[in-house]
Amino acid sequence: MHMADALISPAVGGTMWAASAGLIAYSSKKVSEAADGRKVPLMGVLGAFIFAAQMINFSIPATGSSGHLGGGVILSILLGPFAAFLTMASVLIVQALFFADGGLLALGCNIFNLGFFPCFVAYPLIYKTIVKDDPTQAKIAIGSFLSAVIALQLGAFGVVLETVFSGISELPFNTFVLLMQPIHLAIGVVEGLVTAAVVTFVWKARPEILDAAVSSKPIGRVDIKKVLVGLLIAAAVTGGALSWFASGNPDGLEWAMFKTSGREELASREKVHASLAGLQEKTAFLPDYGFKKGEHEAPPAEDAKPQYPAVDTGTSVSGIVGAALTLLIAVSIGWALRKRNVAS
Amino acid sequence: MANHGYFDVGYMDTLAAGDSPLHRIDPRVKLITTVVFIATVVSFNKYTVTGLIPFFSFPIILIILGGIPSGYILKKVLLISPFAILVGIFNPVFDRSVVYHIGSIGISGGWVSFISILLRFALTVTSALVLVALTGFNSVCLALEKFGVPKPFIVQLLFLYRYMFVLAEELGHMIRARAVRSFSGRAIHFKAFASIIGHLLLRTLDRAERVYRAMCCRGFDGRIRIMRSLRIGFKDVIFAVTWIMLFVSFRFWNIPVKLGELVTRIFT
Repeated sequence: MHMADALISPAVGGTMWAASAGLIAYSSKKVSEAADGRKVPLMGVLGAFIFAAQMINFSIPATGSSGHLGGGVILSILLGPFAAFLTMASVLIVQALFFADGGLLALGCNIFNLGFFPCFVAYPLIYKTIVKDDPTQAKIAIGSFLSAVIALQLGAFGVVLETVFSGISELPFNTFVLLMQPIHLAIGVVEGLVTAAVVTFVWKARPEILDAAVSSKPIGRVDIKKVLVGLLIAAAVTGGALSWFASGNPDGLEWAMFKTSGREELASREKVHASLAGLQEKTAFLPDYGFKKGEHEAPPAEDAKPQYPAVDTGTSVSGIVGAALTLLIAVSIGWALRKRNVAS
Repeated sequence: MANHGYFDVGYMDTLAAGDSPLHRIDPRVKLITTVVFIATVVSFNKYTVTGLIPFFSFPIILIILGGIPSGYILKKVLLISPFAILVGIFNPVFDRSVVYHIGSIGISGGWVSFISILLRFALTVTSALVLVALTGFNSVCLALEKFGVPKPFIVQLLFLYRYMFVLAEELGHMIRARAVRSFSGRAIHFKAFASIIGHLLLRTLDRAERVYRAMCCRGFDGRIRIMRSLRIGFKDVIFAVTWIMLFVSFRFWNIPVKLGELVTRIFT
């Protein structure tokens, strides 16, 4: 469920980058304040562990599919939220750079979806609440299972919001939510079972590891109040922005209502979609930019779309010819430069 | 076995160890140029198709000049394309308004934006891969550090990268041990998986302890110092300025359409 660059707008990518960068800076500060030298190699090697563990799959009984381990919750249990967040972020950066799993611009989204939710929401609110300070096998199993499931649900919802806000994909909010949440519930249950199995395995084999993790209060504690207040503010800002665009941009709304089959029950979902479309229009870099108006304007379509980003209909004959030529030129420039380099 | 993925990673470093004028460009400059490139590409509106084509010149020229095997990059791009395709394929379903006609066939906005997503995907992914193949992970980390990314995080990245290979190998041993003791082709059962991963985790924790002691023996005091200096020279500035100016002009002038009009006018 890694977000790709192709599906997000600069505004969304930039915002999530800022959020994740802030969290990385804050976590780094917390980790270096703790000045626990032992943690330095431990974080690095555990990051590599998550990496390796994600490379192998297991079969899910009675289905043909397979699953793998999600890392955020296990890392939080072993390292505490701040160190776990840094470790998770580092794993995602390596995945983005070497496996192109999630793009560079989408990195902020991915770190937030897969790092913030397990480390700063699921772990302190669910795992800590269930396990408290006296771990037993049942509590650990239930706590880690629930944390993994809920973290993945929140992460999937993050993907939906980021995609819909970006407006590159046409998937309406409702459809996308109905698509993503159940799939990730299934994946989450499997991931949760694995997480619980691995954590209880460690608990049975070497209980002192988890005991130490609990008693040493690994690097700071997340202030639950702060997390809740932060989420509340985020929700308020998002809601406020949405309603503002919905009322401030009737054109986008009309456009969206007009565009679909026009059935009444779709209206509510289209409202969200339209306001998001409006948001995209507002944030897009020169939305109405058209190259020499009139020359390659859209041929009269069934539904004219006033005010909405004009369709780039450069895909006329000249567009195709030009595109092919451009590519050809790029390749030949490359070869020419290379020849020159080799010769010199 | 999943090890080919890791050999791939090693191969990226082999490529980065090469020597070409592009390899010698300062990592900070390459990083910034790539980020500007990606930001420019995704800033187009969702129906842009031809406007994106000139941007291919950036990865193509870098791949050719840097001597990176293009088939290798292409394979990696295809390998991870399913997510973008999966989400993009819904565009033609939801956006059926016809925006263009070729002869009597109408093309819907959804297909246009789907193609646009695929182009964006190809552009952003290749440029990120090319960045690492020309720079190497350690240099990218160094550049990040110079940009003010917190030290503990840089140390974490370097550590992760170092031990990734070690742990992958360790896991490889465990998987092979299981494979020779079970019937061929069987996927790993859930219980076996949990126990393999659990054991790997225990070994990992022990390894971390050993690494920590070894580091203490060598005078580790909780801080890691990275000794290397970077210098931005004339060539680096030229590289960045030229590319960024090109990106900006690609962004504001649709070159393929211009060119196509010119050519078709000559022939008609």
